[in-house]
Amino acid sequence: MVSQVTQEVAPRGKRELTQADERTEAGKFFSPYTDIQETERAVIVTMEMPGVGKDAIDIQLEKGVLTVKGAIDSTRYESVRPLYTEYNVGNFVRTFTVSPKVDASNISATVADGVLTIELPKAKEALARRISVN
Amino acid sequence: MVIRVRDPFATLLGLQRSMESVMGSDWFGSRTSGSGAFPLLNVFTDGDDFVVEAELPGVKKEDLDVQVRGDTLRIQGKKAVAHDESASIHRRERAAGQFDRTVTLPDEIDSAKVSAEYHDGVLTLRLPRAESAKPRTVAIN
Repeated sequence: MVSQVTQEVAPRGKRELTQADERTEAGKFFSPYTDIQETERAVIVTMEMPGVGKDAIDIQLEKGVLTVKGAIDSTRYESVRPLYTEYNVGNFVRTFTVSPKVDASNISATVADGVLTIELPKAKEALARRISVN
Repeated sequence: MVIRVRDPFATLLGLQRSMESVMGSDWFGSRTSGSGAFPLLNVFTDGDDFVVEAELPGVKKEDLDVQVRGDTLRIQGKKAVAHDESASIHRRERAAGQFDRTVTLPDEIDSAKVSAEYHDGVLTLRLPRAESAKPRTVAIN
């Protein structure tokens, strides 16, 4: 595993969903920052969803579309009064079109420190094969 | 005596621009001292306490260091994003690196009573105001 921690983290705001993908549910929706990497055996989707607990994550794969939703607990803001704010809070949602070569029955997900990792294993027939030349 | 102004509009605009640059700086504002650094912060009040919150997804608890002195709060640490060496990257949006941010709060903090919680990538600090900074009712004889 490689990781880079030498440079400074640049501050950036969260991406709120635009009018184009307006939703019927109440509340703000943000698009989580996501890394997608592909290893030999699986596609790994890593999403940053701060404030979303393990039980508030909803992952669905339907007709090749992976929908990930994360709800935040806004009750903690009921007793406090904002003094100075730099970011807004809201639920997270993002959808991905998944290759049909993913083994849908073996998708697994873990969450740690507000980062959700979804592992989509490739179906047997989609695994890369090295062809030897005789 | 005649004062010749080459272009009165340029002079006016220049003056306006320089005033705006002063107003636009942190110098006059009520903003925090380290404004614009990572992590972004929300400051709330809850009774006499300040509640400071930051989103730090992917930062491990042991990589976080929080210090309070007087009325300043310092949050530093590192955010690591791991990639499998053999993996091909399709999308990379998550940021990694070190961070160090200091903010000045409006009042002195009782540093002994500060409590910190870190859940699901959100750091929440409860910073009680120092006794000396709390308003006191004065009895009139």
